[in-house]
Amino acid sequence: MHSFGYRANALLTFALTILALMCAMASLSDNLNSPSPSAEIQILNINWFQRHPDGNDEVSLTLNITADLQSLFTWNTKQVFVFVAAEYETPKNSLNQVSLWDGIIPAKEHAKFWIQTPNKYRLIDQGGNLRGKEFNFTLHWHVMPKTGKMFADKIVMSGYRLPEEYR
Amino acid sequence: MDWQGQKLAEQLMQILLVAFAVVAFATGYTIGSFQTMILIYAGGVVLTTLVTVPNWPFFNRHPLKWLDPIEAEKHPKLQPQQPSSSSKKKSSKK
Repeated sequence: MHSFGYRANALLTFALTILALMCAMASLSDNLNSPSPSAEIQILNINWFQRHPDGNDEVSLTLNITADLQSLFTWNTKQVFVFVAAEYETPKNSLNQVSLWDGIIPAKEHAKFWIQTPNKYRLIDQGGNLRGKEFNFTLHWHVMPKTGKMFADKIVMSGYRLPEEYR
Repeated sequence: MDWQGQKLAEQLMQILLVAFAVVAFATGYTIGSFQTMILIYAGGVVLTTLVTVPNWPFFNRHPLKWLDPIEAEKHPKLQPQQPSSSSKKKSSKK
């Protein structure tokens, strides 16, 4: 500590060590938050449902997505990424996940929303298994923190069924 | 900066930084603003730099007191006793 340079160096090192510690504590404090998000999805319309020449089924839906994700936000949250996936089982694959819609929620004020939208990404099955198929909608989310650990979870909504006939 | 000043500067630096970190974290967590925490801490780091890095006069209150040159001349160093030691070395070599 005998010279300007040594003191500046010692201060910088100690200050950054403490900053790292504060960030770690901020990340740990996220564990104190116990979120209670809710979501609901309705199929408003089946726009069309057809078989491709190569044998794959594709369906176009109009969805009404209602969700309240405000409780996911803490002081250490940068943004939340959400996506809706259709999940179903086929003889070949025990779990098929097809992403239909996604969005980035930049702030807590926007975390309670409803949106009426056709599926943003195409729902195509690898094969012709969609007729009369029972499936789940799953709302997945990833909480992206300002610093530290990222959290991810989901809500599964079951009991949806596709029509028996192409249209 | 004298010895006591260096010790004071180091202690001041550590105490100030830790205190600002505690205040910043507590404030940020209470009002739920990460930005506030960073701003308070950044202010604290700047203040601590201004207090402890420059060589302020209050770090120089305990200067080292060297002996006067005249005082040193009054007490000359003792000369080593050459003859006895040299004879001992010669005998040991044999």
